[in-house]
Amino acid sequence: MSVYGPVVKIHPVVLASICDSYERRNEGASRVIGTLLGTVDKHSIEVTNCFSVPHNESEDEVAVDMEFAKNMYELHKRVSPTEVIIGWYATGFDITEHSVLIHEYYSREATNPIHLTMDTALQSSKMSIRAYVSAQMGVPGKTVGVMFTPLTVKYVYFDTERIGVDLLQRTRVLPNRTKGLTSDLSQVGGSAARVQDMLTTMLAYIDDVLSGKVAADNSVGRFLMDLVNKVPTISAEDFENMLNSNINDLLMVTYLSNLTQAQIALNEKLVLL
Amino acid sequence: MASRKESATASAAVMAPTTGTLDSPVKQIQIEGLVVLKIIKHYQEEGQGSEVVQGVLLGLVVEDRLEITNCFPFPQHTEDDADFDEVQYQMEMMRSLRHVNIDHLHVGWYQSTYYGSFVSRALLDSQFSYQHAIEESVVLIYDPIKTAQGSLSLKAYRLTPKLMEICKEKDFTPEGLKKANIGFEHMFEEVPIIIKNSHLINVLMWDLEDKSTVADKHELLNLSSSNHLEKSLQLLMDRVDDMSQDIVKYNTYSRNLSKQQQQKHQYLQRRQQENVQRQTRGEPALPEEDISKMFKPPQAPPRMDTLLIAGQINNYCQNVKEFTSQNLGKLFMAEALQGHN
Repeated sequence: MSVYGPVVKIHPVVLASICDSYERRNEGASRVIGTLLGTVDKHSIEVTNCFSVPHNESEDEVAVDMEFAKNMYELHKRVSPTEVIIGWYATGFDITEHSVLIHEYYSREATNPIHLTMDTALQSSKMSIRAYVSAQMGVPGKTVGVMFTPLTVKYVYFDTERIGVDLLQRTRVLPNRTKGLTSDLSQVGGSAARVQDMLTTMLAYIDDVLSGKVAADNSVGRFLMDLVNKVPTISAEDFENMLNSNINDLLMVTYLSNLTQAQIALNEKLVLL
Repeated sequence: MASRKESATASAAVMAPTTGTLDSPVKQIQIEGLVVLKIIKHYQEEGQGSEVVQGVLLGLVVEDRLEITNCFPFPQHTEDDADFDEVQYQMEMMRSLRHVNIDHLHVGWYQSTYYGSFVSRALLDSQFSYQHAIEESVVLIYDPIKTAQGSLSLKAYRLTPKLMEICKEKDFTPEGLKKANIGFEHMFEEVPIIIKNSHLINVLMWDLEDKSTVADKHELLNLSSSNHLEKSLQLLMDRVDDMSQDIVKYNTYSRNLSKQQQQKHQYLQRRQQENVQRQTRGEPALPEEDISKMFKPPQAPPRMDTLLIAGQINNYCQNVKEFTSQNLGKLFMAEALQGHN
């Protein structure tokens, strides 16, 4: 669905932070609010950081610690001077009247702030993450209201973030929710196994299409053509040469590093004599 | 709060089979996913130009496990009043975090590294002061370049008790180090890391998996290696040069020392001869002069730097070997792939 307004790009750090502050909320508080920091582009807003702000909420009033918010923002600015306040977040499913008040405050800090909601109580069966921007509505001159219009939310990652998130995602399948960091050849093995899985899925799909069980999809066919064409056609001899020279390089480097290690160990022993 | 108790019992089950060869108060480090993401992001934003990015780790100690639950970055040292700013910044940050119920206990610090070059005097000093104040603190080394190549590279180090002793004494002469019997392999001990996420974060992960449309990138299967090897080898060569200079210094010192011993010996002998001669002639013997004032022993060069350089070289070599073993595997896989054509 196309919506008017900038696209909101969120980094996973922000979401994890919000979850964490929700888990650590004070007794009795039903939701947590905090400030969002990031950068603003012409058509998109990138949210890269956030921090939670203590607040008290009851039936008829809302109190947010503004001093705290300002202080934290100053501290954060010292580390990353490019981040600005771009809005605020709240956990919970709906937008309440209190949100309007808080939103007004944030409008003073930033131009056109965005409001992010994250359903940590999982009222629908998923954790719905939505972003809104406020717009005036109503008849001019009479009571003016505020409407929150939804925005499209996208998740973006830096390359290294992607790898970090991949690792974190592997914790969710284990019963203990823990995962050690592997190293060496086992990582390559793991990656190869994943590629193999993908290939088996693909082969199963192709078999289905060939035997007529599934209708052939043109776009998928094109992707498959691209894939097959990507494997470079090199003459066997050239490939042998390339492979051998690469292997030789690597072996030589391994030998040299082993030699260096032996050398410093020897040196150590000699000095300690 | 209930989830914490649950996590403690769940992790206790994992605890039993882990390696317990370290005789230190901390046998394992447990990091939350949030901390990992924050460290990655901090380097991404700040570390592109400058050398290292640093920050503080917050958490608590549970039995013999160090749990790291949050972290915050340190600003770069750009202004002249960096010292005052740092302490104040830290204090304010911790105070603010306490308001939102985040663990505000200092348990260590983290640092990014460039191709594995982190064994330096500065690191040693910082870690020593940390470990001195807080028994269980660790330093987390994050290697962004290796991470970009496909696998998260995060290592936790502590100083061995032997090294702590030496740093306390500040006795870096060869005799001191010989007494402690320290080699470059006993400087740092690595503590195994496990990553743990709370249930809510796991739900988030499931959600992200659904929604994110970024294809699974397989940087780990990338075949190109020469760039990385070149840089690593260059750093290694620099270090080896430093090492050889250090060795030359030590050699000259020991040569000077032995020459001086010889001179002392000769002088004593001459004295004795002269005394004997004088006695035969009946004159009084010459007084024994204070030899130590005449022959001042040369300064023993401090060995701490050598130790650090050796440790660094060792680290480089380990990294290079790991890298080459991975690449060899990849090359053989590529051969198998091509072999079918």
